[in-house]
Amino acid sequence: MADMSPYKIKMPEQEPYVRNKNFDEVSFGYTAEMAIAEANRCLNCKNKPCVSGCPVHVRIPEFIALVASGDFLGAYEIINQTNSFPAVCGRVCPQERQCEGKCVRGIKGESVAIGRLERFVADYYMQNGSKGVKIAPANGKKVAVIGAGPAGLTCAGDLARKGYKVTVFEAFHTAGGVLVYGIPEFRLPKKIVASEIDGLKKMGVEILTDMVIGKVLSVDEIIEMGYEAVFIGSGAGLPMFMGIEGENSLGVYSANEFLTRINLMKAYLDDYDTPIRKSRSVAVVGGGNVAMDAARCAKRLGAEHVYIIYRRGEAEMPARREEIHHAKEEEIDFKLLCNPTRIISDETGAVTHIECIEMQLGEPDASGRRSPEVVPNSEFILEVDTVIMALGTSPNPLIRQTTAGLETNRKGCFVVDENLKTTKAGVYAGGDAVTGAATVILAMGAGKSAARSIDEYLTQKQ
Amino acid sequence: MFVILDKKVLNEQVTWLTLDAPFIARKVQPGQFVIIRIDEKGERIPLTVADFNAEKGTVSIVFQAVGFTTKKLAAMSVGDSILDCVGPLGCPTNFASPKKAIVIGGGVGCAIAYPQAKALKNMGVETTVITGFRNRDIVILEQEMRNASDSYYVTTDDGSYGEKGFVTDVLKRLIAAEKYDLVIAIGPVPMMKFVAETTRTYGIRTIVSLNPIMIDGTGMCGGCRVIVDGQTKFACVDGPDFDGHKVDFDSLMRRNGLYRNEEDHACRMEGAVNG
Repeated sequence: MADMSPYKIKMPEQEPYVRNKNFDEVSFGYTAEMAIAEANRCLNCKNKPCVSGCPVHVRIPEFIALVASGDFLGAYEIINQTNSFPAVCGRVCPQERQCEGKCVRGIKGESVAIGRLERFVADYYMQNGSKGVKIAPANGKKVAVIGAGPAGLTCAGDLARKGYKVTVFEAFHTAGGVLVYGIPEFRLPKKIVASEIDGLKKMGVEILTDMVIGKVLSVDEIIEMGYEAVFIGSGAGLPMFMGIEGENSLGVYSANEFLTRINLMKAYLDDYDTPIRKSRSVAVVGGGNVAMDAARCAKRLGAEHVYIIYRRGEAEMPARREEIHHAKEEEIDFKLLCNPTRIISDETGAVTHIECIEMQLGEPDASGRRSPEVVPNSEFILEVDTVIMALGTSPNPLIRQTTAGLETNRKGCFVVDENLKTTKAGVYAGGDAVTGAATVILAMGAGKSAARSIDEYLTQKQ
Repeated sequence: MFVILDKKVLNEQVTWLTLDAPFIARKVQPGQFVIIRIDEKGERIPLTVADFNAEKGTVSIVFQAVGFTTKKLAAMSVGDSILDCVGPLGCPTNFASPKKAIVIGGGVGCAIAYPQAKALKNMGVETTVITGFRNRDIVILEQEMRNASDSYYVTTDDGSYGEKGFVTDVLKRLIAAEKYDLVIAIGPVPMMKFVAETTRTYGIRTIVSLNPIMIDGTGMCGGCRVIVDGQTKFACVDGPDFDGHKVDFDSLMRRNGLYRNEEDHACRMEGAVNG
């Protein structure tokens, strides 16, 4: 009989006033007792709506049943069959819109804490699981993967498991993509990402860093080097700006720059060389996870006041619920239903204020969300010395500009068929490079599908 | 790891390093840059490629030791390695087909102007080089520049070497006397600004190489945004070369001062060409 408590077992975490001054992980994760208790809330229902909500179809009730019985390593095996990086997904997936959003227990009360259980199982495996890696017998075929982010790493892992010799080309000096430059340490510790990548290397995946494809090598040259298929998972790296007055003032960052300085370059640690400006009052523009991450980083760097400025309401925010909740606890000041109109600077060009205008919600737009409309003559001014634009990103043009025969759409995203095959023979693409900015788990799902398609293509080609 | 194969101290502050970087050497063209990181805790700094040799697999960088990282780099020796070197980044210079060109290098900017002059000379273009320095002690690459040009002028602010005055003094004289169809100016931002003002009235195509703050060099951070012709451009992917008549130099100067107050840090391109 399932535990019918309407509430999830709480996950222990750092107190808000403590954690908003450090970069250690916010949540400590479940203990084994907590995990078993939470697993007992699962009804193990027949039609498994949670599985249909998961982009990589983790067999959720099966792994939860094993957690309930205390077989944590068995549970890991189940998850790992469809999800290569559960320690990452358990922490960063928007579960409330995926598996947990479909959970029957969520109808009356809170859903089963599937994300927390996944995280527990993955962390348990990292500490107690087998360190041995199964290496598939080599099939003698080489595949190149461009981009060591969630899509590329997943694709590389799946192909390596099938015996392919995989080389991943990464532009940055560290593999991980958004998992290392974007998502902060306090939400996803970098040692977890490094451990997942080590696992891939042990499987024989070769990762070449500092390789900007489109510059140092073209896709055609990679094919000439003997790679029989190429997967492009180059992400959506170019930051968008609003195009408002004062946006090039000193102290206006893209969230990409702000987060990269902090997460990848570790500007928050004294013994690293990369600088970051000290801010007193910060406005972050946007309502996604990136905006929450930027705001919470700014707070941790010592800003006295941090605003989130978002043109719709809280219900419309694309960020994970947990991140919004954590941000509020950490004293981030939400200015909802307002939008910046200009950035004001002093005679040296440094930001002093941001002017905003109030918005109201009108009719639903193409995305189904009610579109924000300006409330006339409602301008107001906030005193800030830093503005961070977290408005989304678009695909990097370096590969499309240097590869003949690779079609892209109006937004610069690669055009692919249902098998993620591009318009160029032997070349596949997936993740943000195809969809525009989306989530880690969708990119991982695309990496999996592409690996399957590449395997079929190369098997048939024989 | 990228091994330092050669090191030349060009003057008290400016150093020339040749790195073993075969992949980059095969692809790099004049006008492009690399981003280097010395060690695990280092920052990423962009440095324009001063010379390269595809056969030997080498790439040379020249920098002024003014910031934390450039000072550390200057202290390294032949045989040492730097951890990361990424490139070639940015667009190669679009020379088009000029007949008579002037290449201007100011201070350490000379090192970046050098491959431009060399390329033009090799293309058979009648190439004039004008270099400018504060004084005699910091004159660099004189012989190299002479070899890469048909006529060579050197100016110093205090007259201790060559002509007393600024590069623009020589430039004004030359373009008033004869017809030139390309000017390339690389150096401190104020110098590039005055060169562009000088050539504007003559309608001579003028290319400048910009040096804003950046991290990734692939368009990702947006830190290197500059205003060109009223539009925001990213120097790393749209440049670093731009039409000198369209660049908003004043906003560039302000942005380059962004980290001046943050302790010892200086991460401006070329380690402060603007010095």
